[in-house]
Amino acid sequence: MMRKLAFVLALLPVAALAATPEDRLSEVFQAIEANRLDDAMAGVDDLLREHPNFRLAHLVRGDLLLARGRALQTFGNVVKTVPQGKIDALRDEALARLRAKRERPADDSLPRNVLQLNAQQKHVLLVDSRRSRLYVFANEGGLPRYVADYYVTLGKNGIDKTREGDQKTPLGVYHVTANLPRSKLTDFYGAGAFPISYPNEWDKQRGRNGHGIWLHGVPSDVYSRAPRASDGCIVLANSDLQTVAPMLQVGLTPVIIAEEIEWSDARSVEAERGSLAAALEQWRSDWQSRDTARYLTHYSKRFSSGKQNYAAWAEHKRGVNAGKRWIEVGVDNVAMFRYPREGDFVVVTFEQAYRSDSLKNTMRKRQYWIREEGAWKIVYEGAA
Amino acid sequence: MRVLATLLAVVLGIALPALADDLDEASRLLKAGQRDQALERVNRVLAQKSGDPKARFLKGIIFTEQGNTKDAIEIFTKLTQDYPNLPEPYNNLAVIYAGQGQYDKARAALEQSIRTHPSYATAYENLGDVYAKLASQAYDKALQLDKSNAGAQNKLSLVRELVGGPATAVAAAKEPAKPEPAKPAVAAVEKPAAEKPAATPAGDPGEVLKAVNAWAQAWSKKDADAYLASYDKDFKTPGGESRPDWEKARRERIAAPKSIAVAVEQAKVTMQGNDQASVAFRQSYRSDKLKSSSRKILVMTRADGRWLIREEKAAK
Repeated sequence: MMRKLAFVLALLPVAALAATPEDRLSEVFQAIEANRLDDAMAGVDDLLREHPNFRLAHLVRGDLLLARGRALQTFGNVVKTVPQGKIDALRDEALARLRAKRERPADDSLPRNVLQLNAQQKHVLLVDSRRSRLYVFANEGGLPRYVADYYVTLGKNGIDKTREGDQKTPLGVYHVTANLPRSKLTDFYGAGAFPISYPNEWDKQRGRNGHGIWLHGVPSDVYSRAPRASDGCIVLANSDLQTVAPMLQVGLTPVIIAEEIEWSDARSVEAERGSLAAALEQWRSDWQSRDTARYLTHYSKRFSSGKQNYAAWAEHKRGVNAGKRWIEVGVDNVAMFRYPREGDFVVVTFEQAYRSDSLKNTMRKRQYWIREEGAWKIVYEGAA
Repeated sequence: MRVLATLLAVVLGIALPALADDLDEASRLLKAGQRDQALERVNRVLAQKSGDPKARFLKGIIFTEQGNTKDAIEIFTKLTQDYPNLPEPYNNLAVIYAGQGQYDKARAALEQSIRTHPSYATAYENLGDVYAKLASQAYDKALQLDKSNAGAQNKLSLVRELVGGPATAVAAAKEPAKPEPAKPAVAAVEKPAAEKPAATPAGDPGEVLKAVNAWAQAWSKKDADAYLASYDKDFKTPGGESRPDWEKARRERIAAPKSIAVAVEQAKVTMQGNDQASVAFRQSYRSDKLKSSSRKILVMTRADGRWLIREEKAAK
């Protein structure tokens, strides 16, 4: 197994300058594949000198030592009887780390989820649960540019959180809601913690509950944890969290968690963004026109504001719009994210400047758009 | 090994004949377990020729066997400095370090030993064991397991016989004998004649193990006479009590339970010369009153062709 893994890795170009612990572990595997066992040993010794709590590296070191005396049967060739789960967890981590490198998205590919970032959002985080990976993209003129990616630990029971205590990581589009400093946390959370906005409006509509989904670090006695070990949180190595932390903006930075990130290209993303932007613009201008029937064509029959269903919403809007002599709606600073796993489903957040002959109101608004019979419709709308 | 012997002859062939006799005698005394006397002889040699490498080497071994590891380390370390081309002092240093659980140091010393002498088989064998130990420690760290019975099973071999004529070989611990189930040992007891060939040329680990199994069998049968007969006349009683007191206590303990079953498991025999061996094993003891399992070491000695228990101790 070890040889096989290392072989796969050998096909990958390894960034020469980047010497993250994971890169160095990869080099160790490469050395093993090339049968340069002394180099591998030296590499893993170096790595452990700097990261003595990197348990996976200890496992590899054990294999390297054992291999000097006998042929290895397997990766993580622990001889004595130990809880199998512990070895499996480390093997899973090794696989996740190596696979993330092997299945690295092409240089020019973009995550399909990020249609548009607003001007304030400097970065966006995407979690690919299948790869146990967190991808960081920077905002370059509204479009994402790849920055880095990191191994992450997710919920013990996997993904798609539905209720309190299910030890799953939610799937959806969230954002960072707070920055809890290290001084206020126990050692368990490591270098820091950033709660995210689970459950969001859509989760609540579907009756999903629970709370306290955070991005956080690891206890000081480990370098990393198994791929599936948290109570639903997204857990990074402390050094990785420290690198990511300065990029996070409370109330702004999106955190998109998907079972598997769909990689796309700039043209397709732009096409989808364009179609949504057009729908949004049409919605805006139809609202301004005070033609309530046309305005309401943008809403799905399944619409809910949380308080009002479609019928109640329609009636309310008819009443309000009828009394106006003029309406002006400004839409600015738009962010659009395709929701994971729900098909054509997009979260749109923007600043809305509403003015009429009787009212002036500026707010941050969030809408969930779904494509029904080829047309984009709003299924939820509310203050962000 | 022949390469080694020649080389040693060159390097060490400087001892004066009279002193060489003293050393041979010291070596013989050590083999017979008379460490204090052996030390006396060695010191006599060193008084006349303080730098003699053979004498110093032997002194290091005596210290090691006396459990005086600090002085043993000092002697072997000094030897590696004075005779950097000799692989044995490195090897013996490694064995001591390994015994202390310092496997990284042991590894360094053995690698040095091999660098000195690439064909030095004992160091390779020991190094294999040290790597296995280090691997085990690495796995423990990987899996966050408790460190358990570190150093309990050391099949590392200490090079004892640097001195002496053609037997410049090493008392390497060979593959541990396969633990035999306790029952077949009955046969061994029933035909003691087979054990008697006084002329058995070399110490046979299988014979040692048979004796241990016979001892366990006698105990299980509550046969106190046969049980006590397994012990050498110079047996070191555990609490230093007199032999009659100890025998009396043992008879009482053996008589008390209605039934006893003792099994010897995972036994490893380490030969130390032809007439000395130590056997490390897991002893599972079950009586109607008590059930226990513990690691034990029996130091065995051969007298008149019979392997007898010289020392009985709990393994750490």
